[in-house]
Amino acid sequence: MGGYHTVFGSLDHYEKGGVQVIDADPKHYCFSNCFEVASKSKPYEKVAVGKNLKYVIEAIRAEGDSPWYSNAHDEAVLVMDGEIEVHLLQPDEPLVPEGKEGSVQLDAEPKGTKMGWVKARRGHMTLLPKGAAYQFRSAKPGVMLQQTILGDFTIQRWNEICQTQG
Amino acid sequence: MATQTMSPSKAAIIANPVANPLGYQTFAIGSFRFERDQYFAHIHYPGNQHIMPVDAFLRALMRDVGWGFFYGTVNFDHVFGTLNHYGTVEMFIGMFNDAFRKAHRDFVENFDSPDLRKVFEAMLDDWTNEGFDPYAAPDETGLAYGRKHGSNTKALKRQRMVATRMVGLPGDLGYRTDIDGYPVNRQFTDVPQDLPEIHAAPGFEGQVHAFNMFAYVSRSDVTWNPSVVSCVHDSQFCATTEEHALPIMHGNDRVEWFIQATDEIIWDVDDKNTGAPRAKVTMKAGDVAAMPADIRHKGYSPKRSMLIVWENNDAALPRMYSRGELKPHPVEF
Repeated sequence: MGGYHTVFGSLDHYEKGGVQVIDADPKHYCFSNCFEVASKSKPYEKVAVGKNLKYVIEAIRAEGDSPWYSNAHDEAVLVMDGEIEVHLLQPDEPLVPEGKEGSVQLDAEPKGTKMGWVKARRGHMTLLPKGAAYQFRSAKPGVMLQQTILGDFTIQRWNEICQTQG
Repeated sequence: MATQTMSPSKAAIIANPVANPLGYQTFAIGSFRFERDQYFAHIHYPGNQHIMPVDAFLRALMRDVGWGFFYGTVNFDHVFGTLNHYGTVEMFIGMFNDAFRKAHRDFVENFDSPDLRKVFEAMLDDWTNEGFDPYAAPDETGLAYGRKHGSNTKALKRQRMVATRMVGLPGDLGYRTDIDGYPVNRQFTDVPQDLPEIHAAPGFEGQVHAFNMFAYVSRSDVTWNPSVVSCVHDSQFCATTEEHALPIMHGNDRVEWFIQATDEIIWDVDDKNTGAPRAKVTMKAGDVAAMPADIRHKGYSPKRSMLIVWENNDAALPRMYSRGELKPHPVEF
């Protein structure tokens, strides 16, 4: 109906645009593609593709079970490709000190009460609520964008992921 | 540069109750006077006047009103626009046009934001005819031209949608549905409307939360009008549907980021102060790019597309960038 075709990207197929420089440094635009970044990442590496002072957007390759994480503030994940489960747990005691920023990777599944889980596909956004512990599970490779704050587990490799030449 | 600073008491607001022969009222504030005819908006200022096609003027005016003068500069075209100081706003001619400045043809006047907003809202309402929706893509709406005929106040009164944590959470911004008047847009009928599976344990309903953001965006009834869908403190994901051309050139007062969720947008990027071209940025699905704090940009979306505009809403940023305390680009590498 309508004859319009909406173009999505995926790990298997994406096209990348770019910066055509006239009078600028292409590095200033930090141009990357989340599918390309995820295609070159190890599972659950949190690679920053956006940084606005202390805030970041991380591109994450989801594949298999992730470590458990927690936080001291809300976070959100948007699935860009694949089908990803998000398992949530309310810990018996706080895992991350108040004021700590970014996602904090845990050594193991913490003790606590299971809150439930979400199965999310492309376009679905899931809340990672403040203070919860969470784990991602993905039977096949997928891609997520995580809205969070720069943390100890954020990986910055801008020179590898961004366009550097006009 | 000619500059006048008006206190609220001196910022005379005039709407001529006697319409011109075509039926349109004339509006004035400070030294500016606005008139329209069947095709054009005429902007009079001391010693000169500027002219814009009225449909382009109304589309830009709609964004300026709808966004509360937005972040930074709203350039209606290469000459006329507003600069937001968050409480006051400057209305200018040629302030960000190198040729105007060098020729001393620029003019700027400062107003309390509520005063200018009042004039803009009244002008937008009087000058918008029945059948013309300045928020809609050109293919979705009627024409702005001709003698005054009717109005479209309902379309102009849409409220900007802002989630405080995430769309769909209890007490937060609600979903868009057919029943609420948000059908899937004609160019997004192939966007899946499936829901995430939510399996909340007893007692955690409302805390285990997810929603279909792409479906939500596919039901937007406006173009080039970001709405906040999720927040992490001052980090705001502002999702929007774009079709045809951004009706303004947005001059940044901070870094903002674009995440192209679907389809393609081509951006013209110019120097914020002079208007000199700097770059052309083509963004396809999955691309992520920064827009530095010292540029202005205008986007072109051949097909309706989904864009996430990622903003840092920290109110201290414009001053920090203008003082040079922060570099205009976001990352050094």
